[in-house]
Amino acid sequence: MENTRATRVIDPETGSNYDVAHEKSPVFYDTYERKADLRHQTHYCPGCGHGIVHKLIAEGIEELGIKDKTIFVSPVGCSVFAYYYFDVGNVQAAHGRASAAATAVKRACPDKVVLSYQGDGDLAAIGTAEIIHAANRGEKIAVFFVNNGIYGMTGGQMAPTTLVGQKSTTTPWGRHPAGEGFPLHMSELLSTLEAPTYIERVALCDNKNIMRARRAVRHALELQRDNAGFSFVEILSPCPTIWGKDPVEARAWVSDGMIPVFPLALFRDRKPEMPVVPEPPQRPVADVLELTTSRDAAEPQKSLAADHHSFSHIGIKIAGFGGQGVLLLGQLLTEMGMREHLEVSWLPSYGPEMRSGSAHCHVCLSKERVGSPLVSAPDVLVAMNEISLHKFAREVVPGGLILYNGSNLPEGFDDSEVHVVCIPAGEIADVVGSPKAANIVMLGALLEATECLNSETAMQVLEAKVKKVQLLEIDRKALTAGRDYIDHQVGAVSQPDGFA
Amino acid sequence: MASRGNIVINVEECKGCGLCIESCPPKCLVLAKELSPYGVHSAHYTGRDCTGCGICFYCCPEPGAITVYRLAAPPKAVASRGGEHAAAL
Repeated sequence: MENTRATRVIDPETGSNYDVAHEKSPVFYDTYERKADLRHQTHYCPGCGHGIVHKLIAEGIEELGIKDKTIFVSPVGCSVFAYYYFDVGNVQAAHGRASAAATAVKRACPDKVVLSYQGDGDLAAIGTAEIIHAANRGEKIAVFFVNNGIYGMTGGQMAPTTLVGQKSTTTPWGRHPAGEGFPLHMSELLSTLEAPTYIERVALCDNKNIMRARRAVRHALELQRDNAGFSFVEILSPCPTIWGKDPVEARAWVSDGMIPVFPLALFRDRKPEMPVVPEPPQRPVADVLELTTSRDAAEPQKSLAADHHSFSHIGIKIAGFGGQGVLLLGQLLTEMGMREHLEVSWLPSYGPEMRSGSAHCHVCLSKERVGSPLVSAPDVLVAMNEISLHKFAREVVPGGLILYNGSNLPEGFDDSEVHVVCIPAGEIADVVGSPKAANIVMLGALLEATECLNSETAMQVLEAKVKKVQLLEIDRKALTAGRDYIDHQVGAVSQPDGFA
Repeated sequence: MASRGNIVINVEECKGCGLCIESCPPKCLVLAKELSPYGVHSAHYTGRDCTGCGICFYCCPEPGAITVYRLAAPPKAVASRGGEHAAAL
């Protein structure tokens, strides 16, 4: 639809000129592309408070000139579609997690204005933990909490904020404190914490209070712009549809029904007193673990990564039975990567369902910072048993490498897309001294087949980790045996893409 | 005499909730007698008494349903601050 608003209108009777004083904020999109039709209207019911809160926030963003640095986190609930309305950066969080998502956004982008917008079902029920801990940490975000005392989007179930005696689909005879407890007072609750900067409860019940809400929203935005700390504005808001009232009655009920239970007040407006403690030293992990050798220390800037590694990122998955040294093998690779000045991550996966069952871990070796430690499409899979081979082989990228602990591939295994190398690691390890060293045989094989890391580094790591001389000797033999097996038995392994 | 303010209701956006009518201090808004294309009696400016206070704008839940205007400054006032625009004029 065309923008029909004119900056100046002329009264046909008197011929007087009028200049625009209040109009749709440019922080809203011109049209809302949520659906094919009715793109000029919000999806809110007539008389809904969300629209008013949206307008107050949009006006504040516009007047403070922070549109281009605002990131808006929408919740689950009626306001889930806020990202269709606000022409700012948008994130839509899982139910109740808006303040946690906003925490992450703010910490990653500390110079942005980060707003979390949540309803009472979202913030005060499923997201109670998130909001309390975000407030308790004094996260530098602004939270707009729209409280209408009911679950609106899902059709009017009791919310934690539902009033005593208030009927809902899940309290058809009214909320009874003996069964359902009392309404949760979020502003009061958060006011018991030390870290929040600003907490106020306002209401959309009449003209005067709407203008008070406007000032509260503005104040929270200003604090957010100035990075002043955690702000929380609770807005008592009408829900005419679910309350079964017409919009004017509903607005009056905010005043008559809600305010007596949720009194309007400025609970907090001060700078948080953060105790002065020394900043933790920023040291590289390798330093903290005392992995840096004196030779490295002499040339701290020298990056082995640039010199020796032909890949930019390798994702490795290692899987097998618990007790096969699966997780340890991952740790060894990670520590080797650290010693070779790569960015690394190690993510173990052994939930309760895996105790005495299978275990696996994810290892990333990278020249860049590791974005996610999850390896969902491994370049290399180390399968220590047949179950792991079947379970994870199809995740391996086409052209990737599978190292399988066994003499032969299981019958019918499709290896057309990947390179598979079979290594009887258990038997080799048994010969060199202990079947437990099968993981080290696989490590040797992995290093020889991919050349992703240096086997001398492997020995350095093993020397640092393994205290018993006898075991270290077995590991040394196992590592060599694994490498030799690839060299002599298998011959030249065709390298998967991206490896040396 | 011309009113101090003026209101334009966008019938496409107005959902006829009536909050602006309830809120308007000089009571210069009414519900239209006829139905809008969306089947609601949308808000309608009577054409007089608007003070341009903007209360209706803040009470209305739709971002663009109401635009509030204020009487432009008389020509004399325009001339008095016309210095910076003099070259353009």
